[in-house]
Amino acid sequence: MTQFSFAFPKPGTKKLLVGASLGAVIGIPVLLACLLVFVIPMMHKPLFDAFIREKLGRDPASWAGTQWTYGLAFFVAGIVMFTFAAITGGIFSWYERRVAARMQSRIGPNRVGAGGFLQWIADAVKLLFKEDLVPGEADALVFRAAPYFVVAGMTLVLVALPAGQAIVVADLDVGIFYILAVTSFIVVGVILSGWSSNSKWSLFGAIRATAQIISYEIPAGLAILVPVLMAGTLSTQGLIQAQGGWPWEWFFFRNPAAAVAFFILFISQLAEGNRTPFDLAEAESELVAGYFSEYSGFRFALYFLVEWANLWIIGAVATTLFLGGWQIPGVGTQTWAAVRGSGSFPAWGWWALQFVSLGVFALKTLFLVNVVIWIRWTLPRIRIDQMMTLCWKYLVPAGFAAMLFTLIWQMIATWAPVVERITALAVLAATIWVTWRFLVQTRKNVSLIAHERIDLSNW
Amino acid sequence: MSTTASEYVGNIRDTVTSFWHGMSVTLSQVLRRPITVQYPDRLELPVQDVLPARYRGFLEVDVDICTGCQACERACPISCISIELEKDPSNPKQRVVTQFDIDEAKCMFCGLCVEPCPTGSIQHTREFEATQRSVRNLVFRWADPIKPFPVYKVVKGAPYIPRAPLGSLVQALVARRRWDAPALTYLPPEPLKAPPPPPPKPAPAAKPAAAAAPAAPAAPAAAKPDAPKP
Repeated sequence: MTQFSFAFPKPGTKKLLVGASLGAVIGIPVLLACLLVFVIPMMHKPLFDAFIREKLGRDPASWAGTQWTYGLAFFVAGIVMFTFAAITGGIFSWYERRVAARMQSRIGPNRVGAGGFLQWIADAVKLLFKEDLVPGEADALVFRAAPYFVVAGMTLVLVALPAGQAIVVADLDVGIFYILAVTSFIVVGVILSGWSSNSKWSLFGAIRATAQIISYEIPAGLAILVPVLMAGTLSTQGLIQAQGGWPWEWFFFRNPAAAVAFFILFISQLAEGNRTPFDLAEAESELVAGYFSEYSGFRFALYFLVEWANLWIIGAVATTLFLGGWQIPGVGTQTWAAVRGSGSFPAWGWWALQFVSLGVFALKTLFLVNVVIWIRWTLPRIRIDQMMTLCWKYLVPAGFAAMLFTLIWQMIATWAPVVERITALAVLAATIWVTWRFLVQTRKNVSLIAHERIDLSNW
Repeated sequence: MSTTASEYVGNIRDTVTSFWHGMSVTLSQVLRRPITVQYPDRLELPVQDVLPARYRGFLEVDVDICTGCQACERACPISCISIELEKDPSNPKQRVVTQFDIDEAKCMFCGLCVEPCPTGSIQHTREFEATQRSVRNLVFRWADPIKPFPVYKVVKGAPYIPRAPLGSLVQALVARRRWDAPALTYLPPEPLKAPPPPPPKPAPAAKPAAAAAPAAPAAPAAAKPDAPKP
């Protein structure tokens, strides 16, 4: 028999540090996934009514407490979604710094926890303990209120944003339109903070941000129209259900115009999220930090939280519209219905499949998040006239063209569905070929410098 | 300002190709090893071994082979070396060094003192880590005023001059001292300055005190508490 003894590692030892970090690396995503999978589907009316009927022993139609439990459930759902956004935003902040460092031949934060993973917690705690300053000449009430508009603009998106087959807080009929609408809420907070700070940097930053975000909503809207035309619905879940699990069933590949629209949407989202190369509103070399120059402490942390939580939103919206969302390859509507069973509560297989769908969605989203980070540390900031030129002279005409092409394409696809399948396979093959060429080019770039080779050590 | 169709298409092509090359370059950077050296705790070799070959760190004086010629003191362009010589009271023919101070905080590590040294007593080491809370503690005292060392006389025809291993003396000196040790008190006290809000009358009274201060180095401990911080 093997002797097994366990002693809790002493504080300050390497074992404890690595253990705590590994616990956080594995525990936090697992915890978030469990929260999303087990809490959010329960919010839907049939399941929640079944919960009231069978677990609480009341009739949801006649019981006086039904509305209260509904309210409580929505409160819980709100907490879960906000926790999800806050923690992913925090982890992205660490991850982006590590990736940025590698791209600049540095190492990045690697001291707090193993690999520096706990850095974002340390930063957040530090910011929470900072003094919450309001500039002397600022409009104090508006100055204090502005961050909440920005946070609200980010959080409201999460209501209609799916993350799995049943993991969406509310599957609105106008889901994608709602997302487009509440994203503009951020503009209100930006211009309020810029105006109320009574600082020229903040005001310039806010004006730039407003001009930029409003301009780029037009190409974003046009690009969103393409998958909407293909799916015939505005509901985010409906858009995903109109696609399939295999890549050739995704909108991105099914229609050449959709591939163009994907890039238009992606660029527009970068601009709306104030990400480099469109971070004119926060241009450090010109405007200190743009519209949040005067903020400190908790309110400053809120702006950064929104900036990094937006990363997930950028990736998730593009995944939903073009990359097949949570659709698992080979799992269709019949499979979902079969594993659910006929009971009032779904069977365990259904919950397990929810985890898989969440994983598929997260995988695609995290890939796009990586691309966003990658672009940020590749491209320099563009000038404001270049930004406007790109929007109005290139993206808007291209968006209209993509939309018109899609109208014709849908007629062709209805007439001969095989055309769509052939196109999908051709575009997929072209994408794979381009990816391969890109990797070859990268391999060449690594070996261009003498004695350099692929080496992922020195973490 | 109008754009022709070929320019328009060319702009798009330029954007795509610059994305292609730029993103490939940054991805290739991700795959390479960062050049950061994680000083001081995650080094593969001791830091003294990774310094450049001719690195000039703290000055070290081997008092056993110091001839007391003061060539280094004269060579120093910023006078950070101060040497005092006296006659040995018990043996008038023997001179002893009572003070050999090198202010490493002032030293600019030019190496001019090393060149004239006839025996190689004063040398730059590869040591540079001696953080002190008080900058005055960076004065390295190589002679003990209580127990002064006799000057070295070069033996004619000697094949070599024996010298302690380079760096060992500085390491011992640094190891003996706490980083937060109180500041040295045996330096000459700084001249007293007039009190911050000078009333018109006592201002002349401060002058004799300032003049008296350098003349009374025997009572530094008494003068120290009054000396304003630099």
